[in-house]
Amino acid sequence: MARYLARRLGQAALVVAGVIALTFVVTRLVPGDPAVAYAGPKASPAELAAARARFGLDDSVPAQLLAYVRDLLSGDWGTSLHTRRPVALDLATAFPASLELVGAALLAAVVIGVPVGGLAARHRGRGPDLGVRVCSVLAVSVPVFWLALAVQTVFASNLGWFPVAGEYDNALDATSPLHVYTNITVVDAAITGNWPMLTSTLSHLVLPALVVAAYPAGLIAQMTRAALIEEAGHDHARMARALGFGETAVLTRFALRPALNPVLSLIALVFAYSVVNGFLVEAVFNWPGLGRYAADSIRSLDTPAIAGVTLLVALLYVLANLVVDLFQGVIDPRARAR
Amino acid sequence: MTLVKVRDLVVRAGGRVISSVPVLDVEPGRCVAIVGESGSGKTTALMATLGLLDTAEVTGEIGVCGVDVATASPRRLREMRGARAALVMQSPRAALTPTMRLGTLMRRALARHGVTGREAARRAEDAVAAVLLDPALLARYPHEVSGGQAQRFAIALAIALGAEVILADEPTSALDVTVQAEVVGVLRRLRDERGLALLLVSHDLALVSSVADHVLVMRDGAVVESGPAAEVFARPRDPYTRELIAAVPELPEATP
Amino acid sequence: MTTLALRRTPLRRLGDLARADVLAAVGLVVLVLIVLAALLAPWIAPYPDDGGAATHPAEALLPPGGDHWFGTDQVGRDVLSRVLFGARTSLFIAAAVLVVAAVAGVALGVVAGYAGGWARDVIMRITDVFLAFPALLLSLALAVVLQPSVTTVVVAIAVTWWPWYARLTASVAASVGRRGYIDAARCLGVPAPLIIVRHVLPNSLTPVLVQLSLDGGGVILTAAALSYLGLGAHEPTAEWGLMVEQGQTLFTTDWWVVTFPGLAILVTAFAFNVLGEGLRASLDPHRRPR
Repeated sequence: MARYLARRLGQAALVVAGVIALTFVVTRLVPGDPAVAYAGPKASPAELAAARARFGLDDSVPAQLLAYVRDLLSGDWGTSLHTRRPVALDLATAFPASLELVGAALLAAVVIGVPVGGLAARHRGRGPDLGVRVCSVLAVSVPVFWLALAVQTVFASNLGWFPVAGEYDNALDATSPLHVYTNITVVDAAITGNWPMLTSTLSHLVLPALVVAAYPAGLIAQMTRAALIEEAGHDHARMARALGFGETAVLTRFALRPALNPVLSLIALVFAYSVVNGFLVEAVFNWPGLGRYAADSIRSLDTPAIAGVTLLVALLYVLANLVVDLFQGVIDPRARAR
Repeated sequence: MTLVKVRDLVVRAGGRVISSVPVLDVEPGRCVAIVGESGSGKTTALMATLGLLDTAEVTGEIGVCGVDVATASPRRLREMRGARAALVMQSPRAALTPTMRLGTLMRRALARHGVTGREAARRAEDAVAAVLLDPALLARYPHEVSGGQAQRFAIALAIALGAEVILADEPTSALDVTVQAEVVGVLRRLRDERGLALLLVSHDLALVSSVADHVLVMRDGAVVESGPAAEVFARPRDPYTRELIAAVPELPEATP
Repeated sequence: MTTLALRRTPLRRLGDLARADVLAAVGLVVLVLIVLAALLAPWIAPYPDDGGAATHPAEALLPPGGDHWFGTDQVGRDVLSRVLFGARTSLFIAAAVLVVAAVAGVALGVVAGYAGGWARDVIMRITDVFLAFPALLLSLALAVVLQPSVTTVVVAIAVTWWPWYARLTASVAASVGRRGYIDAARCLGVPAPLIIVRHVLPNSLTPVLVQLSLDGGGVILTAAALSYLGLGAHEPTAEWGLMVEQGQTLFTTDWWVVTFPGLAILVTAFAFNVLGEGLRASLDPHRRPR
């Protein structure tokens, strides 16, 4: 286990190094002068020089990379050109909102995807299976920004079942102000017992979370179906049948847990993807997360901010993969022995 | 009462006959063996007996412990499986759910057949003792026990559920020689002491000659010879049976 | 003889597939129709000029009806015509991205898998790094630093997509390289490029084809998302993602402006996905249902 852990951590560190280098390269591809973008087009030569010195643009490229890595490690992720605040600080406020959205979405995706995949596996080759297959492929094929617009129009604007946009009702800032601990509004509202805020946030969360959940739910349903069918063909499932268990029990009580392993890995893979998909949904629902920050950064060609967002999401991906690899030991005792 | 009674069993897959058994009877306390090389249809016949072949087409008459497998409701079949006729598979550890402790599997199987609480604990304890297994192993996962232990646990499951007949598919071929003897010993003792019947599928003639009362020889999906074990081994009539017996250097004498 | 058989097999399998998997067959038919629509857009579009910069302010935002089946947009252009022309943009992007990604990825994958050793390690670690970025994210970052255009979209997405092909081909090449007859060929002095062309590439063909079909949907979705964010095609190009962006404030009042381009993306991605899945199920022997 210890050796496996060490090797796995080493791999992750290597990927992180590559991710940092690649992010650095992308930021250096910017046409035009970041110093000009920062100081403004009417800046005096002295101001420009100061800006250049500030971003280290006069150094050699390897020196810049080195400085970049050193700064990243010390928590200095650069200064946003449009908010003029440290990028790390911006990310620290925007990310929890995204995490809230994606966390809720993945939860919904598992809650929907696993049973639906199980239903398809139970009735494989028959009507429900085909229905699930069509729906799950539709879910992974739908353009998420369009789905967001459609869902918002129908369920918020026309039917009025849910709020149109935002993270919570802004009037609550006056009547039930929130004590911030984690920056994740749902969690903060729950631990401080701020019920008006909690219910408001939850109702604001439903539509965007379900839209973000569409893609992972489709994938999870397909993966669960495939994994369950494979497990149900293994000897231990035949043994369960020979012990008198019916097909439903074989799937839910014997095949499901070993089958969850690939599903878990899938969730890690799809986590970072969902954060980025969430960007588009955040833009539609005006959710104050990374997506809105990224959209603002894109509009103002704010390279440090974009690099920060990119790096953060890539690191999340690496981390999520690592966590799942380790977590698999909990689900599957065989992985622990490896 | 005849525990397993098969008449004119024919299993087809894709229109081709992959296994056919005209007559097979297993009486209480007896051991019937089906021998033949791999692909001869013997495992298929075994699984068909329990009604566990879902992809193939099965015709004929199959009675297991008074249940007509061909016509019984799924519910009656499920009540019969495990509790009256139990299966022991070839790869002992693969036959156990990897994410389930042995004790959990035992408890769930017993609960499935309506045995819970103190009675379940008593039965589990008795069964584990009957196969000479350390009760501490019940807290382990399948990958944490040896093949022989896993196989004896599979037999213990059958005992705990009160099975009258065990259908064993190559129960020893995945085990080391010394462990094989152990498992065979357990099976033979259960037959002698508890009157358990055994339908054994194997290509291991040494094993078969040491436990079987009756032998069916299968080749290419058909039974080529059937008779009392002593007679078949002493005076094989079919050339294929002779070939099989000749291929085994020395068949040990059946120990009493 | 062998090469002939290899070339014919996927086609014959396609026929089997249509019989075995209705959904995949539907996907194939839909895809063929979309490709035809894209190729023939100038001739079949009811108002070919509306695929470009034409404006008809007097006919703005007409609901779907006899003259305009899909209605008209905010400047009076026929939405159906623009959806048909949009197919050209989307399919061009998808084709360009997949060709670039597959060629680059297969080349690197063959080197990595066949050569093995440090070359393999270096290439595979690089693919790991690229795969750590969700495709949309890295394309987004690239599209920001490059100028927004269709070409940018192609470059940005291709940069994020090649590693999949590199991995796929590397594993095929590695498994082919281990086969006995390849060893024998190598010992006989058959040069490596010849072995790669004769044995490794034909064996990679099927998995790469499957992957291409599976990726078609993803590339279309990513391209549409980039355009939606204003990082891809721009006016007056007809592009589905851009059309959704331009009409998004009109959804409650003039639903057709947004609905039809969105449906076009959905249907195209769906067709690619069901076809790809069906191909994988029937061509990939390891995944064939038992």
